[in-house]
Amino acid sequence: MGVLATIGDGRVTRDVVARRLRGGKRDASGTAFRAVLLAALVVTLAVLAVLLVDVWTGGWSVLSTRFGDFINGTLSSRANRAGVFQGIRGSFWIAMFTIVLAFPLGIGAAIYLEEYAPNTRFSRIVDINIRNLAGVPSVVYGILGFAIFVKALGGFTGGRTVMAAGITLAILVLPIVIITSAEAIRAVPDNLREAGFGVGATRWEVIRHHVLPYAAPGILTGTVLSLARALGEAAPLILVGATTDFLGGGKGSLVDIGQLTDRFTALPIVITTWAGRPQVEFRALTSAAIVVLLAVVLLFNAAAILLRNRYEKKRR
Amino acid sequence: MALTVPQLLGPSLREQLSGTSRRQRRETVVKTALRASAALSILISVLIVLSLVREAWTFVSQVEWATLLDDGWFPRRGLYDVRTLVVGSLIVAAIAMAVAAPLGLGAAVFLAEYAPPRLRRMLKPILEVLAGIPSVVLGFFALTWISTEIVQRVQDDAPQSNLMAAGIGVGILTIPLIASISEDAMRSVPSALREASYGMGARKLTTTVRVVIPAAVSGLVAAFIVAISRAIGETMVVFIAAGATGGSLYTHDPFEPGQTMTAAMAAQAAGTDAVRGAALTFQSLFFVGLLLFLITLALNVAADRVVRRVRQKY
Repeated sequence: MGVLATIGDGRVTRDVVARRLRGGKRDASGTAFRAVLLAALVVTLAVLAVLLVDVWTGGWSVLSTRFGDFINGTLSSRANRAGVFQGIRGSFWIAMFTIVLAFPLGIGAAIYLEEYAPNTRFSRIVDINIRNLAGVPSVVYGILGFAIFVKALGGFTGGRTVMAAGITLAILVLPIVIITSAEAIRAVPDNLREAGFGVGATRWEVIRHHVLPYAAPGILTGTVLSLARALGEAAPLILVGATTDFLGGGKGSLVDIGQLTDRFTALPIVITTWAGRPQVEFRALTSAAIVVLLAVVLLFNAAAILLRNRYEKKRR
Repeated sequence: MALTVPQLLGPSLREQLSGTSRRQRRETVVKTALRASAALSILISVLIVLSLVREAWTFVSQVEWATLLDDGWFPRRGLYDVRTLVVGSLIVAAIAMAVAAPLGLGAAVFLAEYAPPRLRRMLKPILEVLAGIPSVVLGFFALTWISTEIVQRVQDDAPQSNLMAAGIGVGILTIPLIASISEDAMRSVPSALREASYGMGARKLTTTVRVVIPAAVSGLVAAFIVAISRAIGETMVVFIAAGATGGSLYTHDPFEPGQTMTAAMAAQAAGTDAVRGAALTFQSLFFVGLLLFLITLALNVAADRVVRRVRQKY
């Protein structure tokens, strides 16, 4: 934080000196520049505000009159009865797959890269590979999901099911989990490890008892962010074959394992489908579904940001 | 396990420290498992390439080349004018950058150089909120608000679904990306450079524009390249807001409905129960996917190169 402190402390002196050097003239272009920069920031924040207000007011008519009905209802072509329950259920299972698959594998890979991997060709290739994977468009992961988990492994996943979708999204966020976890592990001071080795602990014991607990907040932040990403993603699900229309099978409970091999939909898919309908009622429904999705995603994001800020402050 | 002093001093010290065979076995197992999860990422890459290339090759080897440059993208009718999609993607990316580059860079310069620490701590999380908004939400916003409140006011005969609205939507989505990478780049410029500049009597404006930004230029260029790659790869905003889900005639008018590589893939998969149509409709999906994969990969590698080559070591 050296940069901040210097600027913060040096501000007064610097400004006084600068004014003297300019001979007391006003710095018009400097002020204008600052105003332009501030305007860029304000416009960005204004867009965010307009978006949130627009969605909220648009969905209010649905959320205020039949909230419970909307959350528990199933997809229907009649706007006054349609609800998002199946979407929530699909998104819930996708989140579960992400947690069960992407988190352990991603954290494991990060531990290997940071703690074990010597600077060999293998580790360098893995490293470059992961950074490239993180930049692959999500729709391409959809192709992977379709070719591998729907077609090639269709006997196991049941084809276009929530299981295929969940595995696909777990793979999509895996690079993000690895990169953020690796950063958190890299930030662990070396003397912690050396102390562990010094008392005879094995490498894994040092990792398990010293490195991971220290890096936990950072890892948790990354995983929560990646979970939010998985929940908001729609394009791969369309490729994997989420139902964009009427979904049979009715309700069924949220956590029933049997539905893992059923056709599915998810909240972002519901939003996409409804956004494509021209009727005004569906516009309100779409806004309401967006409010539900944003509530979940932004809650996760906010939690991750708060967590990180808190620990950053503590460590200093 | 607590060790007594005689134990520590005795001949068994080395044995104690090197651990029992059970401990060492566990060590090997853990290491193998971790190594496997790291290697998994390579398997994923291989699978991505394989699943793209197999069907794409079928497409390339069987398609009549004339249909690749003919009358627009209507895969169900056997018309595969790839130009339509590539130009659509370029238009959307260009509009997105026209929106995101000034806003993102401006916000980044303000946060890195001008904002007092406390204001910065308040504003950054808000930008991160914007980064967390799912693209379907921006797609809907682009279709219902940007299109009617901005695009149709400028060009009142534009249809509600158009490339301009989609491009602006994608741009908004990439602002946080540009802002955060650029800000990081500028904040990693050592303060000694700024102080030297002030010491010469330079103003804040001069210092920022002539010293800090040139010093951070590798990061800024990388931010733009990554943002272009992201804009080309963005699917849902275009799918929802640009219309033309059944296929599109060749157009380079941003006020018309149009299609990008990504949206064409989603439209094709969402269309009917199975991905079917004319003989090669199914395979064309993979061909476009491969094209998209190669373009974004090239951009990402380029961004990486820029950072590596131009970066100054302080």
